[in-house]
This record gives sequence, C-alpha cells and structure tokens, in this order.
Amino acid sequence: MKLKKNIATSETGFIFNPVTGDSFSANPLAAEIIGLLKQEHTAETIKAHILGRYEVEPSQLEKDWDDLVAQLRDHNLLD
Amino acid sequence: MEASGSNRPRYTIAVSGLNAVDSPGPGVAVIRALHESPGFAVRIIGLSYEALEPGIYLHELVAKTYQLPYPGAGTAALLERLTHIHEQEKLDLIIPNFDAELPNFIKLAPQLTTLGIRTFLPTLTQLEARDKLHLGAFGAEHGLLVPADEPMHHAGQVAKLGEKLGYPLVVKGKFYDAVVAHTPEQAQKAFYQLQAKWGLPVIGQQFVSGHEINIAGLGDGRGRLISAVPMRKLYITDKGKAWAGITLEDPTLLALAEQFVAATNWRGGFELELIRTAAGELYIIEINPRFPAWIYLTAAAGQNQPMALMQLALGEEVPTFEGYAVGRMFIRYAWDLITDNTEFHQISAFGEL
Repeated sequence: MKLKKNIATSETGFIFNPVTGDSFSANPLAAEIIGLLKQEHTAETIKAHILGRYEVEPSQLEKDWDDLVAQLRDHNLLD
Repeated sequence: MEASGSNRPRYTIAVSGLNAVDSPGPGVAVIRALHESPGFAVRIIGLSYEALEPGIYLHELVAKTYQLPYPGAGTAALLERLTHIHEQEKLDLIIPNFDAELPNFIKLAPQLTTLGIRTFLPTLTQLEARDKLHLGAFGAEHGLLVPADEPMHHAGQVAKLGEKLGYPLVVKGKFYDAVVAHTPEQAQKAFYQLQAKWGLPVIGQQFVSGHEINIAGLGDGRGRLISAVPMRKLYITDKGKAWAGITLEDPTLLALAEQFVAATNWRGGFELELIRTAAGELYIIEINPRFPAWIYLTAAAGQNQPMALMQLALGEEVPTFEGYAVGRMFIRYAWDLITDNTEFHQISAFGEL
C-alpha cells in the first residue's frame, strides 16, 4: 500500500491532493500513520510501530487499519 | 510606448470588463496582473459600458476610463470612439474582455493596427467554432468530450429537449448565465428568463455531474500553448461563479489544454470550463474566448498570462511557461469602494473619468 507521491501532508494532519484539489483533516493517529506512509514504510512496519507505541489490541488495530485504508482509497489518495 | 522612471518601457493599455461585481468581468484581474509585470510599466485606460462598473473608480489601478458604445451599436460607432480615445491617450494595446464585444474588436483589428493599436485576439472563425451553439460539433471534430446540447428557438422546444436529454437539464443563455432545471416547469421558466436577458436561441445542455474545474490558458495563434493553469472551484455562488478556487496539478488537464490549442491554433486568452465525473471523464461544458475573472490566480501561481499576452501582442518571442505553484488559492471578497457623486456624474454625463 502506497500513498500517492504528490499527496501533500503536514504534521498537523492536513492532507492535500493536488490533482483533485481535495483537502482533508486527519486525527493525530491517522496523521502519524499517513506520515509514515509518506516516508514509504510498509504496512507491517507501521502496524508494528503502532502496537509498540500505543496500548491497542492487534485485532482492534487491524479493524481500524482497514477502516483507514478504505477511507484513503475512497478519497483517491493511494496508488 | 515611453520610458518609465525605472527605465522599463511603459505601455498604455486599454482594458474592458471593469464590472467587478457578483458575476465579475475579468478586467480588474487582468489589470492587476499587468501592473505586476517585471519587464514593463503600464498605464491603464479603462473601457466601460455602465457607470457603476467598480473598476472605473479604482484609480490606483486605472488611470482614466472612457465609456464605449454597446456592442449592438456596431463597429463604426466603436471605431469612432476608439479613435477619439487613441487621440487622447496614445494606446499601445487593447485587451477586450467581454464575449459580446469580441466580434466587433476582431473585425476592427486591421484598422486598429493601422492606427498603431495592437490586439491579440482569436479569429472570427475560431470565435464561432467554440460558440455554445456549435460546441457539440466542435467536440466531435476535435475528439473532445462535450455534453449533448441543442439550441431552442421557441418555448415549445423545451419539453421535447427535456425528454431527450433528461433532467436535470442545463438551460443556458446565448452569451452568459445558466440554470440547472430539475423539472420541465423550471426549464420553461429558465427559457423565458434567459430569452428575455440574452435573446434567442437558448441552449439546452445535458447535465453532467462532477467537480467543476476550469483552465485558464493562452495560445500563440500557431498551435502552441504558452500557458495553462487549472483551478478547481472551491466555493460557487448562486450564479455559478467561483468565489474561491485552488490551482491543481494534473497532467491530463494540461494535455487537454494543449489539445485544444493545437486543434484550433487558438490566438489569445481562453478558459475551458470542465466537469470531471466520478469516473474521471473530462467534459468540456464551455469554452470562453477570453481570460476568466480569476485570471490573477495565474500570475499569483507564477504564470502571468495577461503579461504574456501583452508580450505576444508586441511581437516578442514568448517561451512556454514551465511549472506553477500548485495549491495556490484565491478567495474573492466584496469591498465597499467609496467615491464622490461628482465622479459618478462625470462618467455618467460625459463618458469619461
């Protein structure tokens, strides 16, 4: 899973798609994940990072991860 | 042309479209961009039709304004007026910005050249080809995606066209304005309104759902695209005008502008009004034969199209612009301009201010 290369992101969670002109606001955790995607980390690496940093069950993370990916795909932000 | 204090050449340029109102003309934005040209200084002469066009009173942008006869008065009346203005102001260039006035200016271009006034306009053939009335044929000829449309010459045609193209139906005025009609009754009402305002025919167009994207561009008249800046409307007024917008990065939009200019050898400024559907198709819903009211955004994004048009009109070699700032936004605002009634009387009574 890769974020489109031209997607602009900020540390505050602002996301801008320069092709469509759409912009979005992400919550802090989603912003952190999107930042890591932007740095081309793999899904596995990011999930391991989240599990190590936050108190979250792997099953819950998987569910939330799928939700986030679906939203990113819906908004045309993934390659 | 004369030397300005800063040793830059100074040109006197006449610009129309000073109606910076809720459905704005491009003139004030064109003037603002021209004033920011690093290579030359400008003295702007406004050309107005109505005494309450705000640009008339923007003295920091417009040195003097002259009222013009309405386009319906014909080319002889316009030439007489322009000759008078030229005698007073020694014009180097005229940039007309209204669709309705373009045919007269194009017809007069040879006489204006003789007087020493430059223009940089499309030909009458180019103007006709992209007209709303011929857009369907234009799209078919050049392989461009255009919604189905038909002209309506009397109210009896509205219901039939509605059945054919379905609802919502876009009902468009001959020169300006469009209404999205959701029922036959709304379409009928829109027909009468637009007929009263702009005359016949009124155009019925298939409604295409999606994002509104516009491209401001400049063609050199020999098939080369000098500049194209795409913008997505972020806030749209009830008149369908962009009140805020943002520049986009999308090679397919630039390729479409290139295709348009290469196919038509377009000469001058233009605007492609597009709808991008959810499936990603790009429909051209209108082609405007002049710069749009948001043209200053092109200068703010790094491609000053009015400046480049000026250079083309002067016969300079103008390279194709490369790159522009993506994500640059404009947000239009309303501003109460204060003037004295003597100024209003002056332009109303004497046609000059």
